[in-house]
Amino acid sequence: MANCTIYLDNAATTKMSRTAIEAMLPYFDGVYGNPSSLHSAGQAAAEALQNARERIAACLGCTAREITFTSGGSEADNQAIRSAAALGARQGKKRIISTKIEHHAVLHTLKRLEQEGFSVTLLDVDENGLVTPQQVEDAITDDTCLVTVMYANNEIGTIEPITEIGAVCRRKGVLFHTDAVQAVGHVRVDVTAQKIDLLSLSAHKFHGPKGVGVLFARKGVALSNLIEGGAQERGKRAGTENLPAIMGMAAALEEACASMAENAKKLTALRDKLIDGLFAIPHAVLNGDREKRLPGNVNFCFEGIEGESLLLLLDDKGIAASSGSACTSGSLDPSHVLLAIGRVHDVAHGSLRLTLSGETTEEDVDYTVQAVREVVSYLRGMSPVWRDLQSGKREFIIK
Amino acid sequence: MALYSEKVMDHFRNPRNVGVIEDADGVGEVGNAKCGDIMKMYLKIDGDTISDVKFETFGCGSAIASSSMATELIKGKPVSEALKLTNKAVAEALDGLPAHKLHCSVLAEEAIKKALQDYYEKNGIDYDRSQFPQCESCEHCEL
Repeated sequence: MANCTIYLDNAATTKMSRTAIEAMLPYFDGVYGNPSSLHSAGQAAAEALQNARERIAACLGCTAREITFTSGGSEADNQAIRSAAALGARQGKKRIISTKIEHHAVLHTLKRLEQEGFSVTLLDVDENGLVTPQQVEDAITDDTCLVTVMYANNEIGTIEPITEIGAVCRRKGVLFHTDAVQAVGHVRVDVTAQKIDLLSLSAHKFHGPKGVGVLFARKGVALSNLIEGGAQERGKRAGTENLPAIMGMAAALEEACASMAENAKKLTALRDKLIDGLFAIPHAVLNGDREKRLPGNVNFCFEGIEGESLLLLLDDKGIAASSGSACTSGSLDPSHVLLAIGRVHDVAHGSLRLTLSGETTEEDVDYTVQAVREVVSYLRGMSPVWRDLQSGKREFIIK
Repeated sequence: MALYSEKVMDHFRNPRNVGVIEDADGVGEVGNAKCGDIMKMYLKIDGDTISDVKFETFGCGSAIASSSMATELIKGKPVSEALKLTNKAVAEALDGLPAHKLHCSVLAEEAIKKALQDYYEKNGIDYDRSQFPQCESCEHCEL
């Protein structure tokens, strides 16, 4: 393991910001009361909790009462979808519309609802991972209770037309949820202007702590409990609030939103430099939309090699990356997202995701481009597939 | 990375016997690019001895390490001994593989057997077919 790590796996998780860490510290042994307690120590904690709620609401463009704290993005996704499904079922509406490239927190919840008698329509995406508002509109039926489309994809970074989809759903009177785990703190999100009814976010994707997130539910959208117990979160999410983490999340979100424009500009430039550098490798293809893309996301497929060995060798060179190959997913199939955008298995196995942060430098990008070139060429040198591709025995899929 | 043993990482980082034997006496290729691993073994056989062996692999870290270890285990050995190489022996020599990676050692065993089968076929040597796996029957690549 090289001692100088270039961390390019920020879509998996981020390093906590100093500001967020410091915002947490007073709540471990200073203000440590239970926000549900009536004494002063408890009320000090309750005040802090309310303060965090208001600050987070301000970042999202909603009111504090519309914020429910959860254990993270997955819980928020589960609760959002289950709540909308319960509301729909009461009116006999049991159809949910989503896409093929959602996170498993969404897809697996939908699978479970299917087993419980709901119908699920998963929309196809185009070769860049985009779904159109028209597709959503055409799919909405009289018995549709929810549309759930992710704000930005965690693997290929494609940003969906959320504002337009929100408008379609509002016009059709269907609830709209978006898994915005990869988007919040990175691109501008305004739940009111974008007509979003339910939104999930996770703090550790924007330099906040792990294990804490938010479910935004527009006023009037009643939530169903996943966790029963005490009356925390207006009775919708039992369990003593993780106050230090919530304070850290609020600080991290404020910081991310305050520096968003500047950070996005810097990251986009680095991202494009990295993309251009990797395009110099023959038989490589960019996954995801070139323009409608998260500022820090790069995702490529290299023909003739397998992603896990690529990751391990990059790790040896001090680069932390990710792949959608079957070997890294623990299943026999490569990423469902890569398959949905039309990458065949052979090619999807050779994927590499590099996700940048504000700490990434131009030198890091140059070093990474060089390292990926070397490793890809080394692995191709021992690949029987590459030999067949070169000799013409097998046809190139990526031209 | 704690996913793999030191031995696996050593064979992955410094694979032994990578390459091609142009005038190989037996060549065996197993696996499927769709599943994410293909192994190709090249054997040079002198008399009854495997005098040289090379491999090419498209696959994950454990696939490359399994190929490398398998070549080490049969190089310089009599053909009869190479035929007896099991996936278990390959995995054990690597100080174990994670459960979901055991198929990599199976591929290594099968690639060697296939190369030996090719050697027998090419030279019109009679052999017991029952001791060779039928690739078609393998369920690893059901897609």
